[in-house]
Amino acid sequence: MTVEAQPTLPGAFSGTALRADFPVFERPTSTGARLVYLDSAASAPKPRVVIEAMADAYAHHYANVHRGIYELSEDATARFEAARRKVARFIGAPSEREVVFVRNATEAINLVAYSWGRANLRAGERVLTTQLEHHANIVPWQQLTKEVGAHLDYVGITDDGRLDLDDLRAKLALGPRLVAFGAVSNALGTINPAAEITAAAHAVGALVLVDAAQAAPHMPVDVTEFDCDFLALSGHKMLGPSGIGALWGRRELLDGMPPFLTGGNMIIRVTLEGAEWNEVPQKFEAGTPAIVEAIGLGAAVDYLTELGMPAVREHERYLFEHAWAALGEVGGVRRLGPDDSAIHAGVISFVLDDVHPHDVATIFDHHGVAVRAGHHCAQPVMARFDVPATTRASFYVYNDLDDVEALVEAVQATQRLFAG
Amino acid sequence: MDNLYRDFILEHYRNPHNKGVLDPHDLHAADSNPTCGDEMSMTLRLDEAGTAIADVAFDGRGCAISQASASILTDGLRGQTLDEVRAIHPQSLLDELGVPIGPARLKCALLAYKVLQGAVRGAAVAWPAEAEGA
Repeated sequence: MTVEAQPTLPGAFSGTALRADFPVFERPTSTGARLVYLDSAASAPKPRVVIEAMADAYAHHYANVHRGIYELSEDATARFEAARRKVARFIGAPSEREVVFVRNATEAINLVAYSWGRANLRAGERVLTTQLEHHANIVPWQQLTKEVGAHLDYVGITDDGRLDLDDLRAKLALGPRLVAFGAVSNALGTINPAAEITAAAHAVGALVLVDAAQAAPHMPVDVTEFDCDFLALSGHKMLGPSGIGALWGRRELLDGMPPFLTGGNMIIRVTLEGAEWNEVPQKFEAGTPAIVEAIGLGAAVDYLTELGMPAVREHERYLFEHAWAALGEVGGVRRLGPDDSAIHAGVISFVLDDVHPHDVATIFDHHGVAVRAGHHCAQPVMARFDVPATTRASFYVYNDLDDVEALVEAVQATQRLFAG
Repeated sequence: MDNLYRDFILEHYRNPHNKGVLDPHDLHAADSNPTCGDEMSMTLRLDEAGTAIADVAFDGRGCAISQASASILTDGLRGQTLDEVRAIHPQSLLDELGVPIGPARLKCALLAYKVLQGAVRGAAVAWPAEAEGA
């Protein structure tokens, strides 16, 4: 995607001030240090408005949806469907009927792999993904292609952590039926050129699925701008509750796909001989959905929309630039991923010389700094850079320069401890 | 932290005891820590009767906790019978480490124990219940 250059000053809002919206920052750490939360790429804390919207929904507006012929159920249904409209608007979907509520991006990708994949992919055909993906955008395609006897190809990664676009063109020439890639890498923070990749994939007749789990929370995402065919996102990474996410798909594709899970809500009529499917999106929402979680996600979308996604992106870019430069100056820190902040989201994956990432994370924890250490569910990325694991710091709206300082100080303290 | 990364833990990490591969060896096992993918192997030589540990070495890269734990565990093995080694309780290794290990790091601390038990039992063993918090 193209990054909008904002004419506003960097840091159009104050991360420090926004912390007051997030009750988790009132929590003292066991060492007495302030909580420096740098693991938003794993999951994000919830603002009070989300927590309160969910409590209010449970307290005053809760009944099952799409069923009851009574006021309370109609009220719950209206709120649930309003959340769907908010998500649709947030990602530029032409219609809210194209937004299917699922548990998370993983389930969204599995839905496409099971439903579209099993109905359309034939033996000998190909699917293309990339080595840069989260396991959630690799394993479903491995299972699908293995099951139907199709081939799975991977786009490689350049030394600075970008997708190798020459390799992409070579793999597209093999004629994949579907191309699946992440808009932003969770392991390295690389922002991929989604619209460019989609156009190239469409030119060879492939459908395109964009995993926006790491993009939707952090920058403007627009399915018409990407021009993709499917898009997956997780609510819990974008200030919403866990257990809710969305799959967006083009209406004509969703209409033509068989159901994924079957049961209640997704049917029009059931006889002992068979069933007729409901319309989309209900066709893909079997059983009672995560009603209150959807309402919570709607509140999160409202909160982000009010901040403005271009401003969120600028804020994180500003923090990234400071942190990237500061870690570069420390010495003994190997930073992975592109040097250019225009194609690097607010995620820094790094390795300290002679200190294991798990030790780094434990020592950081004692400084109140929460980071992720491990393979980030992206072991092929780790293999590409010949590291077993990295430490990953990721920024969001409530982070600010004081967190960047805490990160750098924690790195230096770790180095001092291990230098003995 | 200053508790967890005490000097003797860091000393074992910088200069691990019994690091390497015994060739030839009588027993061998390898395993990995699912939380980070770190791999560890262990090779053991038995005495002439084939009932007690004559020599032991561990190999693999890992964090300070897993390396120190392997160094400390292997230090105490020479002369122990296979039955005695099989009867080692994971808690005794945690006690010997003597530092507070949080639930997220228990697998790091007990990887060496798991590899050792795999070697002396001839088949991989499950994670001890102590590691279930990880």
